[in-house]
Amino acid sequence: MAVVEYKVPQSLEEAVAMLSSGDQATKVLAGGTDLIIQAKAQNTDPLVVVDIKKINTMMGASIDGSGLTLGPSMPCAEFTAREDIKAVFPGLVEAAYLIGSTQVQGRCSVGGNLCNASPAADTIPALICNGAQCVIVGPNGERTVAAEDFVTGVAQNCMQQGELLKSIQIPQPAAKTSDAYLRFIPRTEMDIAVAGAGVSITLDDAGVCTAARVCIGAVAVTALLVPAAADALIGSTIDDAALQAAAEAASAASKPITDRRGTAEFRRHVVGVLTKRAAKIAADRAKEK
Amino acid sequence: MSEAKEYKYIGQRSIRPDGYDKVTGRAAYGADMSLPGMVWGKILRSPHAHANIKSIDTSRAEALQGVLAVATFADFPAQKGASKDLATNILANDKALYHGHAIVGLAATTADIAERALELIDVVYEVLTPVMDIRDAIKADAPLIDEKLMTVGLAEAPTSASNVAARQEFKKGDVEAGFAEADVIVEREYYTPTIHQGYIEPHACTVSYDEAGQSMIWCCTQGHFDVRAQTAGILGMSLSKLKVIASEIGGGFGGKTTIYLEPVALVLSRKAGRPVKMVMNRDEVLKATGPGSASRNWIKVGAKKDGTITAMQAKLYYEAGAFKDSPMMMGCMTAFTPYDVDNMYLEGYDVLVNKPKVAAYRAPGAPQAEYAAEMAVSELANKLGIDQIDLRIQNAAKEGTQTVYGPKLKAVGLVECLEAVKNSPQYKAPLKAGQGRGVASGFWFNIGGQSSVVLNMTPDGTGILVEGSPDIGGSRASMQLMVAEEMGMEPALFRPIIGDTENLAFSQGTGGSRTTFATGMACIEAAQDVIRQLKERAAAVWNVTPDQVEWAEGVAINTAGDDKLTCAQICKGAERTGGQISGRGNINARGAGPSFAVHLCDVEVDKETGKVDVLRYTAAQDAGKAIHPSYVEGQLQGGAVQGIGWALNEEYVYNEDGLLQNTGFLDYRIPLASDLPMIDAIIIEVPNSFHPFGVRGVGESGIIPPLAACGMAVSEAIDIQIVDLPCSPPNVLKVIQENS
Amino acid sequence: MAKIHVNTTINGEPTEFLCDPNDTLLNVLRYNLELTGTKEGCGSGDCGACSVTVNDRLVCACLVLGAEAEGAEVGTIEGVAEANQLSVIQTKFLEHAALQCGICTPGLIVSTQELLKENPKPTEEEARYFLAGNLCRCTGYDKVIKAVMDSAETLRGEA
Repeated sequence: MAVVEYKVPQSLEEAVAMLSSGDQATKVLAGGTDLIIQAKAQNTDPLVVVDIKKINTMMGASIDGSGLTLGPSMPCAEFTAREDIKAVFPGLVEAAYLIGSTQVQGRCSVGGNLCNASPAADTIPALICNGAQCVIVGPNGERTVAAEDFVTGVAQNCMQQGELLKSIQIPQPAAKTSDAYLRFIPRTEMDIAVAGAGVSITLDDAGVCTAARVCIGAVAVTALLVPAAADALIGSTIDDAALQAAAEAASAASKPITDRRGTAEFRRHVVGVLTKRAAKIAADRAKEK
Repeated sequence: MSEAKEYKYIGQRSIRPDGYDKVTGRAAYGADMSLPGMVWGKILRSPHAHANIKSIDTSRAEALQGVLAVATFADFPAQKGASKDLATNILANDKALYHGHAIVGLAATTADIAERALELIDVVYEVLTPVMDIRDAIKADAPLIDEKLMTVGLAEAPTSASNVAARQEFKKGDVEAGFAEADVIVEREYYTPTIHQGYIEPHACTVSYDEAGQSMIWCCTQGHFDVRAQTAGILGMSLSKLKVIASEIGGGFGGKTTIYLEPVALVLSRKAGRPVKMVMNRDEVLKATGPGSASRNWIKVGAKKDGTITAMQAKLYYEAGAFKDSPMMMGCMTAFTPYDVDNMYLEGYDVLVNKPKVAAYRAPGAPQAEYAAEMAVSELANKLGIDQIDLRIQNAAKEGTQTVYGPKLKAVGLVECLEAVKNSPQYKAPLKAGQGRGVASGFWFNIGGQSSVVLNMTPDGTGILVEGSPDIGGSRASMQLMVAEEMGMEPALFRPIIGDTENLAFSQGTGGSRTTFATGMACIEAAQDVIRQLKERAAAVWNVTPDQVEWAEGVAINTAGDDKLTCAQICKGAERTGGQISGRGNINARGAGPSFAVHLCDVEVDKETGKVDVLRYTAAQDAGKAIHPSYVEGQLQGGAVQGIGWALNEEYVYNEDGLLQNTGFLDYRIPLASDLPMIDAIIIEVPNSFHPFGVRGVGESGIIPPLAACGMAVSEAIDIQIVDLPCSPPNVLKVIQENS
Repeated sequence: MAKIHVNTTINGEPTEFLCDPNDTLLNVLRYNLELTGTKEGCGSGDCGACSVTVNDRLVCACLVLGAEAEGAEVGTIEGVAEANQLSVIQTKFLEHAALQCGICTPGLIVSTQELLKENPKPTEEEARYFLAGNLCRCTGYDKVIKAVMDSAETLRGEA
């Protein structure tokens, strides 16, 4: 590891200035559960880290009738303990809860998970299926990017030098809407997702699905929105046939690889299974609303 | 020893004497030692699986400020025999033989500088095609890992080199005749992957070279006398000029019975003129230490309709890694030993591949072969329509059974284990649809060997018990109990410590389930020596002959009068009766009793994802006599869970270039607390007549049965016969899909 | 590379140290402050042997920079026993033989302390999931979980 400088900005402006300046590689340090591992893997490249945890707005969350405003660096242990958020976005909270061990939960964050841009990130499908917006601040002011456009490749996001993820905004869901996220791992904990599926479903009073978003993870270079899977659910009562069609659409949309965590065939099959199961859970939750 | 003896102390669940240090963080492990002036050593490792090393240029690294020394294979004196393989594994000579093979050692003032300096070492490689699997390695046109390797043990001497280092065979009776009698035959080939011992503590040492006097090694090892012998052998040092101190050890499971860092660290210390510390990271541990052999094992078993097994045959192929000596022979010797069957024939092959040199792993060689054998026997039971346990009881090895490798078995506890499992609450509980149940037996020899113990009595009558077996799982507590029992005195009066190589004569390491058995016997002998001396001293006080003195419950009794002297009184007066009292037990223990184990596993399989959930588990094993039942149960439970990991998720994943892909605990998936149910442990006690208290080692057998117990449980749950491990979700789902 | 001067509190004691920006909290504890009870098993947050608390939150010290300890309260295994008096959890680990080699034990004890602070009455399943990040290769977790459950009962005054 070659961290050569450790900086602690007290404000967003200061953080942006620190991230904009300098000719050495500069990275944001939130929980460090990805950054420090990556820095250790690269012995010699000098790295400046900017610890943004002293900036209060990065560390909290508020939810009201208009939706959720999430400080990107809020530790998942705090985020997942928020019953008010869990009541509205149970799937997102589940996804956040799945990241790492208890020890990692104390440090990792939804924003960190998003910015790290791993194809297997658990919260990204959950954010995308909930229509999350990413507010980015930088030397040229603020801009907002949809979660599905934020990640551009493996470990790549849309932010330019000097930019920082300021907050994540999720609009208040429509009535009778809920979400679910499931991932597959070989053990019961501690693994990286081999496949993941986030689903948001809106039902009408008759229990017919009127809107849906399906997003799958760990089966392509980025999380994928699968409109065909959503279309399979919309108009149905989330019956077995619709679930099976959604599963097949998710499998068909996936572009997985074979690696140490699973084969492409396995991922393609399992992402369908997860889509079907997550859709069922989301629908059951929506009925309760 | 037909009747169970009454014991005062052994069998108690005492608090381990080293417990306080271990729950407070005070216990010092391999990486916890620092010395004044100490510098840091690091290793440059091969990025290739198989390559000729054309040149090594360390000049740029040596020019970096803070770099003090480098070491290569050329720094070792000329090597021969086993020492040559060991030295060439520790630092590569002219070839890099696996991904992660050590090439250069380097010392610098800080760990950071040492790591940066490694990147300045220029090695020119000529990359060769790697050989990563037994099937490829044994092909006639396979690339050769060692161009001079000629197979030993063939009927006709080979005329050309190959990757097969050795062939061995074991037989009894006539398998052809046996199969001719059989009504039902099962014949399959099974696969087990490369796995790692997975100890949580990485290898580490701190050393100090002293040209004139005595060099010192502090390290985490299962056997510090073996570290001394191996290191001194490689460096051409006299044994008396090298002192090795065993730190506390954070797990080994066989993987810390060999050395990786110590000779490199000593060379660096000699060159730098400073103490050197080396600590592996997890990536290095997985890439370059310990793994256990992958295997491909063909099994054929046959039985009559009534359940009599008539013949058992095996052809076993074990990966040795890049240097010969897989535990293939142990596989041959153990595979069918749970069975009293007249006709057996086993062949074993030791095969080189471009993977790390395999190290011992808990019952080395047995789990692979016994997995295959037990899967076949369970399938045979199903084909015969006989209960899995009943078939095993019907054919079970027992006292007098002729083993395939030589001796007849003495009294053993296999039938008792089988019956205990059959009567367990788990076996009586019905399964639900989609669940499966597997039973398997396991056999391991256990070993005895050389142990040296000194029991130094203090003037207040307490004793310091100096033993030479690193305490890897609570053995100090057992030693303390055995000495207390022999002395008839409270356990807390004896303080067991692990002496370094200067305090004691040679002692074999902690391995082969030998410590409680063999070192225990040495402890008992040392206690008897102390008692003999205490009786002499009391006799001197009373002016009687020693044979007129009896020793009972920690007190000397004058049978010629009614005088009594406690141990404390005699020790207090020792100065006047001839000096201080010290007992000694230097033994080469024979008669280690084998320990049989029988496990029962219930699983549920998610048929849409192939994921296996272990629902319930029972492990029964023969301990002979459990000195400390809690630590015996711990061995059964820990062995079971390591075996469950082997069965379900653990495996080395290499890419097509032979590079290891899972070099951390993230993707080398050992079992977690949340993966498991409680492990019900049943201790069986069929005493071993060679040990004063009847002890059998219990450390190893428990890892053998889980592979087939899990494998069979999964097979039953999905109603398809599993042959390849691990039963990981992708593998299980593939089997389900291929058969649907 | 300039050293960073860090003011922190470790096991209740105000502590100052100098570290490189590059040093993890684990290395600072082990090598700058000689608190070697916190162990390194993987360096990547996968084994939990280096579990400590920072501001009452359980973390892996290998994934925290030493510089981040500025102004924080750090708790390590060395602070669990009070004046040589073992805590209930430490005592229960010994009584249940919940350690064999003992290398994971400091981390497990620190984690168990946090578990029981957060959840004084965990189910077995909750305990197993909370402790999933603490790898133990020796025990198979059976006796660890028994020690944890017994500690919980004792601390609740039910045993």
